[in-house]
Amino acid sequence: MGKAYAGRPVLDDVSFTLDAGERLLLLGPSGSGKSTLLNIICALARPDRGEVRLGDELLAAPSGAGRGDALRRAHIAIIFQGLRLVSALSVWGNLALAQRLQTGRSDPGAIAVLLERLGLGHRADARPHELSQGEAQRAAIARALVVRPQLLIADEPTSALDHANAKVVAELLDELAREAGASLLVATHDDRLTSHFPRQLRLDSGRLAA
Amino acid sequence: MIRLALAYLADRPLTSALNVLLLAISVAMLVLLLQFSSQAEERFERDIAGIDLVVGAKGSPLQLILSSVFHVDSPTGNIPVESIDLLRRDPAVARVVPLALGDNFDGFRIVGTDAGFAGLYDLKLAEGRSFAAPMEAVLGADVARQTGAKLGQKFIGSHGLGDDPQGDQGHDHAPFTTVGILAPSGTVADRLILTSVESVWAVHGIGHDHDHDHDHDHKTGHDHAHGHDHDHHKHHAHDDHDHDHDHAAPSLASPAAPAPLQASGSGLEPEFTALLVTYRNASAAIRLPAMINRQTALQSAVPATETARLIELIGASLAGIKVFAWLLAATGGLAIFVALLAALRAREGDLALLRVMGASRAQVFGTMLLEGVITAAAGAVLGWLAAHGLMALAAARFATLADLGFSPFQFHSGEIALVAGVLGIGALAALIPAIRIYQLDPARVMARSL
Repeated sequence: MGKAYAGRPVLDDVSFTLDAGERLLLLGPSGSGKSTLLNIICALARPDRGEVRLGDELLAAPSGAGRGDALRRAHIAIIFQGLRLVSALSVWGNLALAQRLQTGRSDPGAIAVLLERLGLGHRADARPHELSQGEAQRAAIARALVVRPQLLIADEPTSALDHANAKVVAELLDELAREAGASLLVATHDDRLTSHFPRQLRLDSGRLAA
Repeated sequence: MIRLALAYLADRPLTSALNVLLLAISVAMLVLLLQFSSQAEERFERDIAGIDLVVGAKGSPLQLILSSVFHVDSPTGNIPVESIDLLRRDPAVARVVPLALGDNFDGFRIVGTDAGFAGLYDLKLAEGRSFAAPMEAVLGADVARQTGAKLGQKFIGSHGLGDDPQGDQGHDHAPFTTVGILAPSGTVADRLILTSVESVWAVHGIGHDHDHDHDHDHKTGHDHAHGHDHDHHKHHAHDDHDHDHDHAAPSLASPAAPAPLQASGSGLEPEFTALLVTYRNASAAIRLPAMINRQTALQSAVPATETARLIELIGASLAGIKVFAWLLAATGGLAIFVALLAALRAREGDLALLRVMGASRAQVFGTMLLEGVITAAAGAVLGWLAAHGLMALAAARFATLADLGFSPFQFHSGEIALVAGVLGIGALAALIPAIRIYQLDPARVMARSL
């Protein structure tokens, strides 16, 4: 696919597949086009050329065709760089809201299990501003996974973390995606994560490097 | 989405509480105004009952109505007993009920009257019987409840109408005996003590002889009573006359047996304070008031007209307060609008996130709208509860309110409209921020953070 802003190409001939359950690291410096690529994959932006498919379904296309919103709601979870937890809700409330938006109801059992799994059981009632950076990161991961996505996308999940915490988060993402059977796509400029991902793609000036 | 809206409101507790408080104050004021005016109007209507015209001494027509129908003001004076003949002879008049006021017991007015009074309000006895012999009295339901009086108990009336601190002189020589207690009627009768006109006269040393002609020469004009309203030393100027009285006050138990009354040798003339008239047909409404007003000593007042004037007077004052209360509600709406607008920028990211996570446009629009509506609803409920709570407190603290039939737990259909109006203000206040959220492009907002 390709995408340009104001005539300046941001993505050029980018093409790749991600298999079910596969874990992929998308590396690239700032301005390489990572964010644009993730926007298109999440159906938040349209490509100028080419298309994105989730299984057999069209996710994003230049014409706007496809079931982007519905597919994203049902099958894709995103961990944003800024985490974007809803500040007015507790950790538990954030997870419950994600479930309700996806299925119309919440599953307290699944929330409790996941929070325990991520070491946040005792922080379920805490509000986002009461969490440490590491806790907030884990809460954002929990919110993404609680909806049992087919595709988990993480944007710079370790950018604000020290080496030890970055390692923990990378391992956790790997482990949880594996347990959930979800494909994992992590976009980062952080080379520390390369050892955790068997497959890596490098984006440079909008083009995939070999 | 309701939970999220509630969470956002809880997230800024001070702002939310202030907005709720503003609306609650306005709702409380509006509910109080509504209740006051509607209950007052209802009460007026009940107390007017079947009274088409009140005839009394010349003076303020409103004062005549207040004193003789609602029993809350001093009478305009007294009128000669012969006045009743003038009315009873008129074929267009169905009923004339005399009133003789002047005394009170424990603040409750003692009303000398006849059986027709019971007919005006369809009064029923809860205990005992109606007054028959002199100095027998029937107590209104509130009088009995508040004084704890029982059948057979004697009590002594005091000068004045109960609201006059000077009127505390007792009539020790002429005690009344309670022979009956009325069932509650929801009318002014609940707080009156009814007795025969003759008993009131007897208390004041005014005798009357049955089947005895009297010839009195009234030398002075009527007097606007103060303190002791039944002032028998001053009389209304009217022509000398010499006739049989065949219109005395019968007891409640014997309405069809009028006993003629006459002045005895005390030197004081029997008089009425007012006459309550019920028409037989509509033609009387045109002719009678003019005819009465032509009498030098008499004036007529139409309760419906005077009450309408009173409501208009009160209404003019209430209208100002009502405008202020609605302005307060509008200010509450404006405060909600400002609060939501201020929160909009911070909220954009959250609501865009919700859209990305699967929320529809309608859902995020609804979340914003709900914040306004929930604030308004909380204000409306709080204000409504405060208004009725205040009314209950006031009724418990000031017995007069209860005496006047003021009910703190009476609900008015207008309250529903009022609450709906305040909810509308809340929704309107949230509409612009909600529309902006509706138009939000989640991809653009979220793309900034990806």
